[in-house]
Amino acid sequence: MPKERRKLPKAPTGIQGLDEITGGGLPKGRPTLVCGGAGCGKTLLAMEFLVRGATQFNEPGVFMAFEETAKDLTQNVASLGFDLKELIARKKMVIDYVYIERSEIEETGEYDLEGLFIRLGHAIDSISAKRVVLDTIESLFSGLPDPLILRAELRRLFRWLKAKGVTAIITGERGEGTFTRHGLEEYVSDCVIVLDHRANEQVSSRRLRVVKYRGSTHGTNEYPFLIDENGFSVLPVTSLGLQQAASTRRIPTGITRLDAMLGGRGYYRGSSVLISGTAGTGKSSLAAHFAAAACRRGERALYFAFEESPSQIMRNMRSIGIDLQSWVQKGLLQFQANRPTFAGLEMHLTMMHKAIKAFKPQIVIVDPLNSFIIGGNETEVKAMLMRLVDFLKMNQITGFFTSLTSGGSALEQTDVAISSLIDTWLLLRDIEIGGERNRGLYVLKSRGMAHSNQIREFLLTNHGVELRDVYIGGGGVLTGSARLAQEAQEQAAQIMHEQEVERQKMDLERKRKVMEAQIASMRAEFEAQEAETLNILGQEQAREVHLTQERVDMALSRKADAKPNQHKRG
Amino acid sequence: MKVKPTGPKSVPHTKTRVTRAKSETFLLRLYVAGQTPKSMLAFSNLKNICEEHLAGRYKIEVVDLLENPKLARGDQILAIPTLVRKLPEPVRKIIGDLSNTERVLIGLDLLPRD
Repeated sequence: MPKERRKLPKAPTGIQGLDEITGGGLPKGRPTLVCGGAGCGKTLLAMEFLVRGATQFNEPGVFMAFEETAKDLTQNVASLGFDLKELIARKKMVIDYVYIERSEIEETGEYDLEGLFIRLGHAIDSISAKRVVLDTIESLFSGLPDPLILRAELRRLFRWLKAKGVTAIITGERGEGTFTRHGLEEYVSDCVIVLDHRANEQVSSRRLRVVKYRGSTHGTNEYPFLIDENGFSVLPVTSLGLQQAASTRRIPTGITRLDAMLGGRGYYRGSSVLISGTAGTGKSSLAAHFAAAACRRGERALYFAFEESPSQIMRNMRSIGIDLQSWVQKGLLQFQANRPTFAGLEMHLTMMHKAIKAFKPQIVIVDPLNSFIIGGNETEVKAMLMRLVDFLKMNQITGFFTSLTSGGSALEQTDVAISSLIDTWLLLRDIEIGGERNRGLYVLKSRGMAHSNQIREFLLTNHGVELRDVYIGGGGVLTGSARLAQEAQEQAAQIMHEQEVERQKMDLERKRKVMEAQIASMRAEFEAQEAETLNILGQEQAREVHLTQERVDMALSRKADAKPNQHKRG
Repeated sequence: MKVKPTGPKSVPHTKTRVTRAKSETFLLRLYVAGQTPKSMLAFSNLKNICEEHLAGRYKIEVVDLLENPKLARGDQILAIPTLVRKLPEPVRKIIGDLSNTERVLIGLDLLPRD
């Protein structure tokens, strides 16, 4: 938001998330209407606004309660860690319980609400209050006759509150088709916040929406909120943009051959990994491998288990040679096990947020995701996961999710339709051949890395997960004993083949030897002949020389003058 | 207005009237906020009603909340003017300027409710 613009002065509520949505808090010095049905948390929101104001912002507050006595209120919020008695003693807060009982009141003519004004004014002045809560002023309509007078007086009250310069929260019960039953929004129009409490398939979720905020931008979505032992917290996570930094660092999967399938180096740090597969395909085992590998590197892993208890997981993983217990004891691995039905999605999300913030893990495992789907709440589950994935990515935490694919549905389809949120998706599937089921593993997708497109057979051994090449040939993909049989067959064929080659080699060698012997004998024959021929030639030459000499000698003896070579030519 | 509304203050009344057999004393407290026309009207209406129906056994206190704002809390006062019947028990509250005598009498339990 540009800084130079003059912004509406705001009173921070100190309530987690609400200040983010409202861009700093409620309009300072003006009344805000908080409305919603019964039990949706109006009173608590208002009370926390006062308590935080008094404790964090040094703004004392007056709580004018029309429905609960000061004693009840004090008790109710004590469970949230708010000590109202102490605040009242320190003159940081005044609680004024206004009791109206219609049956005890007789109306005999014109009246006004000056008494209320004086009471409130006195309470404000006694502690120099900056904040006021009227909870819920609509009780006046049932407690006092003559709505016309009341309306005029309420209008005057809100003007008076503004003139007093106090930041006020007026609560109102949700009416049909209107924000409040008696149309308070007509008078309090600067800021309207609607709270909602919905139960879907027996799981309830609370939502907050800023309907209106005059003179200020604000988040317009419905934001889930929670009321827990720390009070109110709104989760404005959906407002997050896609601005997470992407890490180039890689972390091993815990299974060497799986690392190899993922470009040789495993997952990206801070990425989201989904393992989907039908029942019993080894999803949790992969998760345990990943967790154990992280712990071996000295990192912390947080394991959210929604179907099995921690001790059950540890026992099961011990059977495949993964000792999770020692990591738990070393404090590197933490389990958070809850039934999905234990709380609403928002509650789960917030509990996850809290656990993550407290434990600061490098990897988070959610096993399994789709147990959250109860009835038709897939959109909400998806929204929740989106926020969880965003949150993890913001914090550079690698998220590892498992998802159970129900039999019959397409394997590439997850129930939660979250594939778009997932960076690396591994698919485990049953391969049924020759009366047995075996597990196969594919890398369905893996963003940003060269990954294997091959299926691997996935074995659960007593020393962990092993990946094997499957047999791919004329008979299709073979796994398990079919693969073993095929491999044995191939091996036999191979041996036979090798023997054949050996035999042929020997044959050839033999032939070569025969050939070489033949060549040797021929050469010997030739050499003998050659020697003989050379001998004859030598004798002939010697004889000729001898003859020539004889002729010369004869010529000399005859005294001939002819040259010997003339004789030769003729 | 004869009585200055300055805090709880008893308003003396004439003792010449005949008291009823059941001599319950009515302790009435009228809450006002300054001397507004409504307050003054309420006071004079109250005076008249008491003289007529409760002569000799009533006591009126007028509380001006502008001077004693703290007192608004004790009697749970919101509307002005408010008349509180402190005695006899149970406590009754009557709001408005008391111009409807019948409703005032009902409020004070001097007339049966219909």
